[in-house]
Amino acid sequence: MFTSVDDVSARLAETGYLASPAVATTVFLAARLGKPLLVEGPAGVGKTELAKAVARACDARLVRLQCYEGVDESRALYEWNHAKQLLRISAGRGETWDEARTDIFSEEFLLPRPLLTAIRGDDPKVLLIDETDKADVEIEGLLLEVLGDFQVTVPELGTVTATRRPFTVLTSNATRELSEALRRRCLFLHIGFPDAELERRIVRLKVPGVDAALAESVVRVVGALRAMDLRKAPSVAETVDWARTLLALGASTLDETVVRDSLGVVLKHQDDIQKAAAKLDLDAL
Amino acid sequence: MTADADTDLADTDLVTRLTGLVDALRGHGLRIGTGETVDAARAVEALGLADRELLREGLAATLLHGAGGRPVFDAVFDLYFPRGVGVPDGVGGEADREALRARLAEALAANDSAALARLAVEAVDGFGGYGDSPGSDGWSSYRTLDRLRPQTLLARVRDEVRGRDGAGSFADRLLEDEIRRRIEEFRRLVTAEARRRAAERRGRDEIARRALAPTADRVDFLLAGKDRLAELRRTVQPLARKLATRLAARRRRAARGAIDLRRTLRGSLSTGGVPVKPVLRRRRPARPELVLLCDVSGSVAGFSDFTMLLVQALHDQFSKVRVFAFVNRVDEVTGLLVHGAADPEGLNARIRAEARLTAWHDSSDYGAALGEFTDRYADAVGPRTTVFVLGDARTNMADPNLPALQDLTRRARRVHWLNPEPRTLWGTGDSAAPAYAELVDMRECRNARQLDALVGRLLPV
Repeated sequence: MFTSVDDVSARLAETGYLASPAVATTVFLAARLGKPLLVEGPAGVGKTELAKAVARACDARLVRLQCYEGVDESRALYEWNHAKQLLRISAGRGETWDEARTDIFSEEFLLPRPLLTAIRGDDPKVLLIDETDKADVEIEGLLLEVLGDFQVTVPELGTVTATRRPFTVLTSNATRELSEALRRRCLFLHIGFPDAELERRIVRLKVPGVDAALAESVVRVVGALRAMDLRKAPSVAETVDWARTLLALGASTLDETVVRDSLGVVLKHQDDIQKAAAKLDLDAL
Repeated sequence: MTADADTDLADTDLVTRLTGLVDALRGHGLRIGTGETVDAARAVEALGLADRELLREGLAATLLHGAGGRPVFDAVFDLYFPRGVGVPDGVGGEADREALRARLAEALAANDSAALARLAVEAVDGFGGYGDSPGSDGWSSYRTLDRLRPQTLLARVRDEVRGRDGAGSFADRLLEDEIRRRIEEFRRLVTAEARRRAAERRGRDEIARRALAPTADRVDFLLAGKDRLAELRRTVQPLARKLATRLAARRRRAARGAIDLRRTLRGSLSTGGVPVKPVLRRRRPARPELVLLCDVSGSVAGFSDFTMLLVQALHDQFSKVRVFAFVNRVDEVTGLLVHGAADPEGLNARIRAEARLTAWHDSSDYGAALGEFTDRYADAVGPRTTVFVLGDARTNMADPNLPALQDLTRRARRVHWLNPEPRTLWGTGDSAAPAYAELVDMRECRNARQLDALVGRLLPV
């Protein structure tokens, strides 16, 4: 997939994803070792985006399993199309049970869900298992089997083994500790807030109209906000939003009024805004 | 692939280094299996040894399972895969303190991290050495920083940057904090460098075992310093959210009893009308009542911070929570808690300012506090109440007032006691812990890891 770490950075950059060295290294290793990649980090630092960018960079199909509370085997793996099977049985009245049975448990009546889709077929795929921590513990057991050997057993059809392992990305927001067994099967990557230099480049890339000086001061202020111990520290997504807002407001430099009026774009809690305003010496809001 | 790895890594020194690194990490409580070590070796093979930072990221990705172990990993990595051995060329000779400070100020002003790293090496080499005889000599970050005093450069660096860029822009007001953070970074570099030099002298295994700070969730509440506490607070912060999911899961699993006919029938449609999976009626969550009795005296200062976090977390989760704080008098502080605002410092200050917690002295007295609680707030505890007592049970030689606690256990559904002291210290000095422990279920709760585990288990569903 990739020839070197630099190759990863370059090809991800082409798709519009600027990767830090840590991200590039881990993506390279995940591809090289054929292991799933578990990505953790605060909301809005580009965890899901990473999977999409890898898919674009490798010309692979993105298969996405969105996890939520109560997601089960029939949503994640496969399901038999019961209604269609019933139709088939009632349509073919004259035939024997054996004929009917072999027929209704064939590919035609199988509804593949993301995990099975990602394993079948020869085309390159990126499997994104999003917000793994939201799923119940039972699903983790299922993932262990699928991600350990990249194979799925359908009792009526036999075992499907991946001929080409999909590049797998699991994301988690750490609402729940994932089990040690699942973590062991994955490479671990924590995406934190980027350093100032990288964040400047991200802002310039995502908001082309913004000039270098403004991007620099935006990143500096956001950096200061992150050091403030707020309830929700602003993420990269917020930085980009803020730069967009400033552009829309026509502000070419940051000053007290502009910051005071647009602080709500970066901070999402009233007490955070008050705290930040006090620390930044803005007048009372 | 594994066979290749074996032959390529025949370089036994590298293998020893890698297993040494893994051993040291295990010594710090990180759980790393053989499989991960093999993966790490394959990562080394794939990445090569040319770029140290790539190697660091590669090993971290294969060996770690969570973000919590990263600080320990970084420090251990620096010991086992050091940047170099001894002093690089061009460094050494007589160190000139003023010249070094000038260059440091320059590097801080330019925010040049490469120069900072170089200066840290020079500084430790120039000022960090102590002792003459082999065996008692070494390298000390404390001595280095004491001589160099980087924190006193703040004003100088600030003026230098202002003079260069001109003052007046908005971001300018952030400058001091930014410089402070750069200085902090420099101190960290010096510490790492001193550790590396010390490891050359004493053997890296020993330094890795002794000289590294433990991961945040294993730091004792009572022993943690100020910045460790802040770091810890960030790890405990998501407690409320974790609690919510954990309790929801327990409530779901606890479902038993009546069949929900409507949902069972609807589910049976996909299996041709045969109800394969009976769906049970969801039980309404009972409204558990919680009462928290918190010691907020000076002796448990670090702990009471966390108590307050816990209290906030519970307050967001349970509707009926009443919180009482005490030192030697009890007062209800439920009204001082604000939903969703996890701000232990502010809360502690508010409690101290607005509640009457002390009589004529300010050392804690569990006996008096328990007695007053059962007298004044008897109505707070009923057969559906779970009571948590949070404190070290050091009652300053006063009467522990066991009957009051006994009375409490009789009336409440359950009483749990979380004690921030290690179990071995219970009963030493003025601790009345063993006496109390006979009456109620007392648990050791020394660090964030234990708190996390206990809270999930002990809370009523």
